[in-house]
Amino acid sequence: MDVRPSRPPADDWAVLDPQGIDRLIGALGRRGYRTLGPVVRDGAITLAEIAGVADLPAGWRDAQDPGRYRLERTESPAFFAWAVGPHSAKAQVLPPRDRVWRASAGAGGVEIAEAGVDAPPTALVGIRPCDVAGLGVLDRVLGAAGAADPAYLRRRAQTFVVVAECGSPAATCFCTSMGTGPDARSGFDLALTELVDGGGHRFLSRSATGAGAALLRAVGGASATTIDRRSRDGVLGDAAARIRRRLDRDGLPALLERNLEHPRWDEVADRCLACGNCTMVCPTCFCTSVEDTTDLTGASQRERRWASCYEVGHSYIHGGPVRPSTRARYRQWLTHKLGTWHDQFGESGCVGCGRCVTWCPVGIDLCEEVDAIRRADGATAARPAPGGS
Amino acid sequence: MIPGGGWRPSVAVWKFASCDGCQLSLLDLEDELLALAGAVRVAHFTELSRADEGGPYDVSLVEGSITTPEDADRIGRVREASRVLVTIGACATAGGIQALRNFAVAGAYAPVVYAHPEYIASLATSTPIAAHVTVDVELHGCPVDRRQLLEVITALIAGRPPVVPGHSVCQECKARGTVCVLVAAGVPCLGPVTRAGCGALCPAVGRGCYGCFGPAESARPSPLTNRFIRLGVSRPDLQRLYRTFNAAAPAFRSEHLRHDPPD
Ligand code: SF4
Ligand code: SF4
Repeated sequence: MDVRPSRPPADDWAVLDPQGIDRLIGALGRRGYRTLGPVVRDGAITLAEIAGVADLPAGWRDAQDPGRYRLERTESPAFFAWAVGPHSAKAQVLPPRDRVWRASAGAGGVEIAEAGVDAPPTALVGIRPCDVAGLGVLDRVLGAAGAADPAYLRRRAQTFVVVAECGSPAATCFCTSMGTGPDARSGFDLALTELVDGGGHRFLSRSATGAGAALLRAVGGASATTIDRRSRDGVLGDAAARIRRRLDRDGLPALLERNLEHPRWDEVADRCLACGNCTMVCPTCFCTSVEDTTDLTGASQRERRWASCYEVGHSYIHGGPVRPSTRARYRQWLTHKLGTWHDQFGESGCVGCGRCVTWCPVGIDLCEEVDAIRRADGATAARPAPGGS
Repeated sequence: MIPGGGWRPSVAVWKFASCDGCQLSLLDLEDELLALAGAVRVAHFTELSRADEGGPYDVSLVEGSITTPEDADRIGRVREASRVLVTIGACATAGGIQALRNFAVAGAYAPVVYAHPEYIASLATSTPIAAHVTVDVELHGCPVDRRQLLEVITALIAGRPPVVPGHSVCQECKARGTVCVLVAAGVPCLGPVTRAGCGALCPAVGRGCYGCFGPAESARPSPLTNRFIRLGVSRPDLQRLYRTFNAAAPAFRSEHLRHDPPD
């Protein structure tokens, strides 16, 4: 694995100090963006509206393990000395609940009004490279030519991304296995790398789009030195080296496909609550359920809401659910995410953010599940007859 | 199924062993009350009016559990008089808090509580309505959520299935962006095994879910209990977590019985 950070040409770099970041946030607001960034709320670093650097989580870091997340105080003035919070960028481009249309009885029969898409220009400041990669995965699912979701595309086109490259991975992170971090490679307007060393507290910045370049010019900033760029290499190299968690991707889709009757599925089903948290926090899980309702005036509406493959109704076709057991549902989730996603979309559905590991109430760890299957490749569980599970 | 199209069904509201909170949720529908009054004919609802149209009723909303021999008879008569029977709330769907008697000797408490226990004629158990008669729709919660109640009534009027998902409370927390209190603060929370419907109220104010809506559609609490044990929850507290309004709902019942202290 190559842990050297990608290194764009030197003339694109600028250096901002903390006041420069404040100006950047202010400039986004003046350009009409609803600006979201990391904010400490309810014991976690959440994604919420920010007005300046005073809102950023200076002096906080996160400690994450399977099923556990805690914030801790640090002495560092750094804004971005944490890994990932519970909120990915998903809710900003695929809201948890969204109206599709309304219909009512009119003079000429049923009148259907498509719901307008509520898509304010939104700037995401300080999201991580894995989350930027997650947006890319969603783009290839919900933006695929011929099957594109217009509401998604509208919101996505209104999204401005300021990625913060990652210097503080958590124990649940495995972006290095998935090729999505800790450095940012594509999919952003602006990239920042926070540096806190003898050279002071500063942010090496570079743009990847015209809008990003214009913003960076408007904010101003010093030009970067070789020392600054070496500092970035050091920060990102250290981060990559600290990521101990691995997802062994060697032949992974085929491994899963030939182990559909592995006893590990029974074992994990015994621990799994089928609560659906893993799918909700995942930056790429995109399933929704369509719900049609009426009101007392007889008007009706169609809404879609985030749904999960852990819901019984998710696989309901006439007569009953195809996946009635927790075993079948966990297996569906994991084999789709890491296996059949390749067949469908030509890549993995996982970007290695580790959220499903941290936010699983019982700490089920997909890397460990894959390892267990690989260790006993080909094992099969004794089971009565097919169909029931 | 009830046909739609300008038709105004008669609705009756019945009380069995319960606190009236669920039926009062109907009157809490302040913004929709006038529209609702226009859409249905209230045929029997003693919290609203003494007037009684008599049966048969198109829709009966049944609150409360069966705890007396008289009520065991009466629910049969309500069923016979009703085209569609909807049970509302934890008492009607699971036996309610009063089903704690199912795990004790109910007769032993009567002399402690009543001056003349000989006047008390109650059954040894509190049971849900579905244990006695066929139920068409069950709406869970202690109390029910009034938006869900309105949804069920509206769906019946329109002749469509109600949208009342059976998934976990966790999905509601995640949809509203609440930070998980179990993962981020170590608070024992029943959300992962509890049916959605309340909108995830308690975790939004930093409290663990109390399980008011009873077990989710495929709840299997034991792995969650194991997690609570690792958080340091004591055995009596483990039992108390599941032994509340839905203590007699099968998934919660088997879980708290597993933690019964040895005699
Ligand atoms: S793996 Fe964890 S988060 Fe996902 S459904 Fe199972 S218990 Fe819930
Ligand atoms: S599967 Fe888990 S680690 Fe992978 S992207 Fe989804 S939440 Fe992150």
